[in-house]
Formats: sequence, structure tokens, C-alpha cells
Amino acid sequence: MTTFNTEKMLWEETVPGGNHWSGLMRRGSALRFTALQGGANVSVLFYNMEEKLERYNMPDTLKAQHTAFLTTGNVCYSDMGRVMCSFTHDSVGWHDTICGISDVAIVQKKYGVANYQTHRNDMYRNAKDGLLTELTKHGLGKRDLVANVNLFSKVSANDDGNLVFQAGNSKAGDVVDLRFDMNVLVVLSTAPHPLDTSKVYQPADVLLTAWHAGTAADNDVCRNACEQNQRGFINTERFYAN
Amino acid sequence: MLTESKLHIEHAVLNETCAAGEPWSGLVKHGQTFRILDLEGNQAVDTLFYNAHNAEERYSAIDTIQRQGQIYLTTGSILYSSEGNPMLTITADTCGRHDTLGGACAAESNTVRYALNKRPMHSCRDNFMHAITHSACVQDREITKRDITANINFFMNVPVTPDGGLSFADGISGAGKYVEMRAEMDVLVLISNCPQLNNPCNAYNPTPIQLLVWDAA
Repeated sequence: MTTFNTEKMLWEETVPGGNHWSGLMRRGSALRFTALQGGANVSVLFYNMEEKLERYNMPDTLKAQHTAFLTTGNVCYSDMGRVMCSFTHDSVGWHDTICGISDVAIVQKKYGVANYQTHRNDMYRNAKDGLLTELTKHGLGKRDLVANVNLFSKVSANDDGNLVFQAGNSKAGDVVDLRFDMNVLVVLSTAPHPLDTSKVYQPADVLLTAWHAGTAADNDVCRNACEQNQRGFINTERFYAN
Repeated sequence: MLTESKLHIEHAVLNETCAAGEPWSGLVKHGQTFRILDLEGNQAVDTLFYNAHNAEERYSAIDTIQRQGQIYLTTGSILYSSEGNPMLTITADTCGRHDTLGGACAAESNTVRYALNKRPMHSCRDNFMHAITHSACVQDREITKRDITANINFFMNVPVTPDGGLSFADGISGAGKYVEMRAEMDVLVLISNCPQLNNPCNAYNPTPIQLLVWDAA
């Protein structure tokens, strides 16, 4: 029911590497993210489109599912105990939740300066400014910029808590599917991960494909991944009950 | 890293106790040292910091983690703001490890984590909402729910394994253990002395904490 189905496709759009995008995804719709080159990163945030004070909450998401990363079976929780979206399919295996976003200083220090005056739309963009640009379009701003998910990126911790960026976590053609379980404002940037070890600025392009997936079935892989998610889906279904 | 303080309680310019399960807020000036003391042991202290002059700049867990490449906090850790500026530096720590991934408990997240009927139990985020509506130094800065972001849990042990597992382990704190930090800017401190009874973060027995401030030497 929630698997990718080209017959139910709604639209398709490519977000060039380094760029930013926002859009509304209704409950029961889904987005496939396809990495068009290796080493992709999508810094993404989720807000309840009807009450934007309700938004993706990193700690609530991690502690409900006892995980520091996201993959098939995981969901993104809002701060109100509801499931905003679900990882129904994933060819990557690890999406980062704890490292945040690149900003102008990080990008300049790593890659140097390439501005609009010299590079036009090939300028080096950073995730923070991209997300803020999109947030501002929806009446949101710096105070709404919270801990995000970095699709396609992997950073793991050793026993002492030191972080290591795993280069090559995703390759061209990798996909991750998110089903939206609420009416969600999606805000994203395809700028590099802040801990990316690449010496050159070459963020991957990402294809967005939307389709009608329907809401989570009783035997849904995410609903049944753990008893916490079963309760999270009950909270979400109560929110939309009428 | 375990390190002891050289400061003496009789020289503190602020010395207050926060009862079990209650919120606390206060101002710490640039150069002052702030200590949180776990009076009876294994008490999680959910803590947020704001730039006292512009609360839009606030403690950022993801900046703190990413800029130091490290998920745990202890002596030497810098607590970074959402603007990438150092807010405080941990200068003494007799506990050894503090969490910044576990966040604050909430009525709503308790329904997910434990059972739908746990919603009425007292929680840290209800404490933060209470402070937003009652505490003058929080209200003066027009802090609202959208400023309540991923916090620090002092004295809480949330180990992350190399394969990405995350658990709430028994506390490694004990009676009389403390963490001390120097303010690198004027900060507003907002605390919930955690009332959670469903997991071992407070050893199933929330207890009071002591808050102390010293002027710069």
C-alpha cells in the first residue's frame, strides 16, 4: 500500500545540490528522495502545516525508538507525540539525526568562497541560510530552526562518544521513501552535511517524486516496528478523527 | 573527565535549592560560574540556556555536538549557541558524563514511550510551559514554546553505541556530585528538575538540586 507506485505519481521535481525547497505534503501522500549522485545530503525539517508550533522533535524521535539514526521502520515524531512521517523504504540504511546543518562559516572554511557575483547559480550555498529562506516564506524563522534530519548521511559515535563521518554512505540511485502521516510542511536543503569530509564543494542533486500512498495499514512496517510506534499512530489517528 | 572545583560555597553570590520536580530560572553573567549540585543522587536536570539580551540565540544541541565531534558533555566541553557562539564552558565535573540527545520528557511523549494513560503525569515540558507563563525573567524575554528546543540533561546517562543504538541507562551520578560551568556571555538559565517516574533517569525517585553562582575571581 505504501510502496512506490508510478501509477499513483503526483509530481516530480529535481532539487539541485546546495539548493533549498519547501512544500506541503498531505496525510497519505509520500515522497521518494532519489540521490542523483553519490554523497548526497538532504537537511530536512517537518512542521504541522495547520499548527506550525507542532514540529519534528529529534529527542522525542530518538528516545521513542531507542535509536540515534533513522531507516526503514522508523518514524519522525512531533513534539506532541504524533507521527509526522514514516520511513517506509530505504536503500541506504542510516540517516543522520544528531549533527545539524552547515552554515556560511563552515562552508567558507572548507570550500572557500564562491558567491553569486562570480559564480551565479553555481555559488556555494549552506543549509542554514537555505532553510531560513524557506522557513521565512511560511512565517517561520530562526526560532523555528530546530534539530533536523540529514537524509543520506551517516555519522556514528565510538564508545567514547567521538563522531566519525562515514563517507560514501549513499551512492547514485539510492532512494528513501517518506510517507506523510500528518499534513506536513516540508522544508529542506541539499547543501553538504556539516561534517562531510569531501575537499570539494559538489553537493548531489536530489530528485523528489510524490505519489499517493494512502495512510498506514494495520500491518504497516513502521506502525509495527515497536509498541511505541503503535501508540504514536493511535495519537495521530485520534488527531484526524472526525 | 572528572575534575573538582576550587570554589567555596561560602563565597557564592547565589545559593538556591530547587525542589524535586519543579522548574527554576535565573541569570548568570559573563564570567560568572554556575554550579548544579545533585543533592541526593541520580537526578536528571533538564537545562536550556538563552542569550540574556537576545533569546533568539539559544543553546543548540546539534551545534554543540557537531562543532566538537562529540555527543557527551564533560569538563572542557563548550556549550554552543544556535549562532555558533560559545555560551558556557564546563570547568568542573565530578559526574563525568552528561546527555544532550534525550531531550525533555513531556505528557505527549510519555503516551508514546510508556502508555496512552500516562498523559496526566508531571513532566519537564509542562515545567517549561509553567516557567513561560510564570517566571518574570523568562517572560521578559518573550520566550514561547517554539524556544523550547533540545536541552541538556545534566547527570543523565544516555549511551549511544557504535551501531547507533540509544538507551536510557542507570545514572552514573550520586549524592553530592556536581557540574560547573563558566558563562562566556550573559545567559538566562531555564531548568526543569525532572519529575519523570517511568524510567531510571531519576532512579525512580526525583530529588532536589542546588544551584550556585560565583562571581569571576
